[in-house]
Amino acid sequence: MSATKMTGAKALLEALERQGVKHIFGILGGAILPVYDELCRHPKLRHILSRHEQCAAHAADGYARASGRPGVCFATSGPGATNLVTGIANAHMDSSPVIAITGQVPTNGSNSSYMIGRDAFQEADIIGITTPITKYNHQVRSAAEIPWAVNAAFYIATTGRPGPVLIDVPKNVQTDVAEVSFDGKIDLRGYRVAGPPHPLQIRKAVELLVEAERPIILAGGGVITANASDELLTVAELLLAPVATTFMGKGSFPEIHPLSLGNIGMHGNPLANKMLLEADVLLAVGTRFADRATGNLDSFCPEAKKIHIDIDAAEIGKNIEVDVPIVADAKQALSAIYERLIKQVKKKTDSPWLQRINEARKLLNPPEKAEDGKLKPKRLLQTLRKLLPESTIVTTEVGQNQMWAALYFKALKPRTFISSGGLGTMGFGFPAAIGAKTACPDRHVVDIAGDGSFIMTEQELACSVVEDIPVTVIVLNNGVLGMVAQWQRLFYKKRYMAVKLGRSPDFVKLAEAYGAQGFRVESIAEFEKAVKQALKSTVTTVIDVPINSEEDVEPMVPPGCGLGQQIGDY
Amino acid sequence: MENNQKTIVIAALVENKPGVLHSVANMFRRRNFNIESITVGHTEQKGVARMTITVSGDEKTLEQVVKQMNKLIDVIKVGRLEPENIVSRELALIKVNAPDAKTRTDIINCVEVFRGHIIDVSPETLIIEITGTSDKIEAFLNLMKPYGIIEIARTGVTALARGLHSIRIEE
Ligand SMILES: Cc1ncc(C[n+]2csc(CCOP(=O)(O)OP(=O)(O)O)c2C)c(N)n1
Ligand SMILES: [Mg+2]
Repeated sequence: MSATKMTGAKALLEALERQGVKHIFGILGGAILPVYDELCRHPKLRHILSRHEQCAAHAADGYARASGRPGVCFATSGPGATNLVTGIANAHMDSSPVIAITGQVPTNGSNSSYMIGRDAFQEADIIGITTPITKYNHQVRSAAEIPWAVNAAFYIATTGRPGPVLIDVPKNVQTDVAEVSFDGKIDLRGYRVAGPPHPLQIRKAVELLVEAERPIILAGGGVITANASDELLTVAELLLAPVATTFMGKGSFPEIHPLSLGNIGMHGNPLANKMLLEADVLLAVGTRFADRATGNLDSFCPEAKKIHIDIDAAEIGKNIEVDVPIVADAKQALSAIYERLIKQVKKKTDSPWLQRINEARKLLNPPEKAEDGKLKPKRLLQTLRKLLPESTIVTTEVGQNQMWAALYFKALKPRTFISSGGLGTMGFGFPAAIGAKTACPDRHVVDIAGDGSFIMTEQELACSVVEDIPVTVIVLNNGVLGMVAQWQRLFYKKRYMAVKLGRSPDFVKLAEAYGAQGFRVESIAEFEKAVKQALKSTVTTVIDVPINSEEDVEPMVPPGCGLGQQIGDY
Repeated sequence: MENNQKTIVIAALVENKPGVLHSVANMFRRRNFNIESITVGHTEQKGVARMTITVSGDEKTLEQVVKQMNKLIDVIKVGRLEPENIVSRELALIKVNAPDAKTRTDIINCVEVFRGHIIDVSPETLIIEITGTSDKIEAFLNLMKPYGIIEIARTGVTALARGLHSIRIEE
């Protein structure tokens, strides 16, 4: 092993470069200054100055989801680190490989610099704070340890079920000089990544699938993470099994495919929700059976024998009892199932089950809403789909905008629909779009936003303009915190409390104030024109689309109900 | 409480480094698992500590406890010790009132029956050391109550599986 003398700061940046890092989102401060000073000498690492650390973490998250490569963010100690917390929790819930590096007040230096644990200026126990929201976190205590910490962080964040990792670097460790080596072993004896699927379990799964008359595949975010969409498609087509997706699984299966049922869940596609009730075998892949996806568990997919593939053993049996558990990578497991299936079944072109599905597909077509002069989300999103190239990456904010996007904007490819599923973080979509655009500069990135959410992280307009990372934000502007207003309308007898946004800023002027361009559109024709201009633009575009403030997302499975108990028009 | 609750002992070999106890305890709290007792100590292997955790819940919960423990990166190995197949011990130090000779002899007799030891004597008090299963310690404490217990310190349960079944890191 070759060792070189260098500072901790240099060791950190070299280790990141060796991991292939090209972009870092962050905001600096006192406790991370030595690292930023070293950054002057690393022109290959592009630092993107976020305008709030939460957004640095979201950008790193969007970067990771769009590219499949880990996203990196930096923050200083104390408030910088605590500002990351929402972003880290968001990445944790959605299993996204974010590497967060925080400065920390000095530890074990000379007596006068010993500060950690003494409530020093800008000291926050970020290790304690992020323990439950990271896959792993670690405070380095010596410069020599840094390459190990970085390599372990990347290994842990990206393997198995991915997740965020935080490394806390005390200031004196950044300046200390040590003999540093980059080729040490990672050696994590407590960390095991699931191996290939167990052949016996694959055999049992295939037995069930071969016998199945009404199989359904449920694809979750794990299919996207494992890059297993091709395998999913081959298994589905061989079995002629319709594919429903969870919210996180959206994009894992082309939603224009004849076997696609769309999303299940609280605001799922009625077809997916209804058909699950009739399935006799469920093949669930890379999903944790989240409550918003399953509805009341007692009536979830009641008739079906269940096969559950997940790389995280703890997810199996956590929310739902299954008949055939398979702890494995989704890609490997689906390939193994296919290899075995192909020997036993002949490819069909039709089945009674498919006919039943197609009948239901016709019946469950929701009626067009009466026009009331305002633009309708459904029509807007269907129009948007037509305007955007297939490769376009769409992010969303949280609320009605997000659920409309899930219902009406058809995702065609994995990693092109990026949204905060588990944590439901308003303000995620815009910084995530900046991250996605950074990772995929040749593709268009569009954030489908709500007015309330956009205001939460709108300051990143500065980042996107100054750093020249142009994206498009489409604000479905209903003047309310629409989703909670909908709950008050449906479940609190229209007692509206604190949901009116009142006089929102003029989003066109707001965009212009930041040096971005803004359009307000009142008709589909204007909308089309604005989107086309945005796609041609070299600067970020905000499109303000006024919509009715009392529009509901329909249908809906009320909280506590089963997926069969959807209310609303469909 | 549901009646299918049971109590088991979980033995975990963990990296002996700062923060591990925190991450384990944090996981238990966050997932609403019930720790009845927890003990931590060094093992025969350098850098490895052993945690012995007594936990109760229904079967599904206990299964989750083991899986969630396994997920923690600094937890190297987790084993589930069923009550039927283990030897378990707890140690208690008990300070009781013993102001006169009659009381002292009575207490000393009890201690002998329970194979404990008197480890400190003062004019007013005795300190008793007693080792055994938690049931045995409970029984002894009940006996001491009438004399007036001043202070108790219990270690919590520690346990090993009987025979060859072991929770250790294979070299
Ligand atoms: C950070 C955060 N705060 C609060 C909420 C609760 N919440 C969920 S949806 C919603 C309203 C979102 O409003 P808007 O962005 O305008 O979207 P709309 O539903 O109107 O489309 C709120 C407040 C949340 N999800 N995230
Ligand atoms: Mg709104």
